Amino acid sequence: MTRRPVDTGAPDRLYTVTGGRSRADDSFDLVTLVVSECEPAPGMQSEHVRILDLCRHPTAVVEVAAELALPITVVRILLGDLLATGRITARHPRLGQAAATHPDTALLQEVLHGLRNL
Amino acid sequence: MGSATSDPPSPTVTASGRTPLTDAAETGLKIVVVGGFGVGKTTLVRSVSEIRPLNTEEVMTQAGVGVDETGGLTGKTTTTVAFDFGRISLNERMVLYLFGAPGQERFWFLWDRLFSGTLGAVVLVDTRRMDDSWYAIDRLEHHRTPFVVAVNRFDDDRARHSLDEIRQALALPDDVPLIDCDARVRTSGKHVLVTLVDHLYQLALAQESAS
Repeated sequence: MTRRPVDTGAPDRLYTVTGGRSRADDSFDLVTLVVSECEPAPGMQSEHVRILDLCRHPTAVVEVAAELALPITVVRILLGDLLATGRITARHPRLGQAAATHPDTALLQEVLHGLRNL
Repeated sequence: MGSATSDPPSPTVTASGRTPLTDAAETGLKIVVVGGFGVGKTTLVRSVSEIRPLNTEEVMTQAGVGVDETGGLTGKTTTTVAFDFGRISLNERMVLYLFGAPGQERFWFLWDRLFSGTLGAVVLVDTRRMDDSWYAIDRLEHHRTPFVVAVNRFDDDRARHSLDEIRQALALPDDVPLIDCDARVRTSGKHVLVTLVDHLYQLALAQESAS
C-alpha cells in the first residue's frame, strides 16, 4: 500500500490552490458524478483544467481527488467554483447527506442483481 | 447488453489507466469496508473492483472542520486520513464505490462527512486481532449503519475459531450476518457484498411492511 501524505507539513500549498478558502461545498458527496460542460479555457487555474479534462465522462468526486492527489475538501472547493460558473454539472446520489434516508427495496434489488451478475 | 440507448463503449482511458464510466452513469452508491491494519481491506476491494484500487485522503484539523481556516499555522493539529477505494459498475446507470477505511479512532470523526448515505458496511475481521473489530462494530452501531461481519481466514490462523465462537467473542447480535471469506478470491469477495446487500434488503423489506 502506498501512502502519499499530501502536504500535511505544508498546508500553504492547499491554501493557495483554493485561493485561501477553507469552506467546501458540502453538496458534493464522495460519489457525486461530475460531468464537464465545456472545454478548458486559456488562463484557467491548472486544477480546474485537469478537472474539466478528467470529467469528459462522468467521474466521481473521490476519483477526481485521487487523480489530482488532493484532499477531498480541496476538491469540493474547486468543484464548487466550476459548478457556480456552469462549467460542470453534478449528478448527486439518491442517498444523499440526509442521515435519515434509507435505501428502498427496489434500489437494493437492482444492486443485488448487479452484484450477482459480476 | 441490456438497453439499446447506450452510448458506444468508450475505448479511452485516463492518464493513470483508469477506465471511465459510461456516459449514462447517474447514480453513485457507497459501501464501506472497515477493519484494522493489515486485515485485508484493500485485498477485498481489489478482488471485486473493476479498477485498480485508488488511494485518496481527507485532511482535518483537531476540530474536524476541514482545511484549517488559517492554513494550520496556529498550532492546531492537522490530521490526514487516507483510504482506498474501488469501483463496480452495476449497470449502465448505477455505480457502486467500495471504500476500504481504517478503523482507528480519528477516522470516525470523518464518518459523517465522508460516508453519510452509505448503503452499509462490511466489518472485516482477523481472528488473531479481534479487539480491532470491537471498536468498529461499536461505532457503526452508533452511526446506525447496517453491517455484516466477514472473517478473513488467513492461512496461519491455526486456532480456527468457529463462527459461533467469534459471534460470542464479538458480542454480535443474532440478526447480524457473520460469514467466512477469503479476501483474495473474487467469488468470495462478491459473496460478502451479496450477503450485505441481501441483509439490507431484508431490513428495508421489514421497514416497508411495518409502515
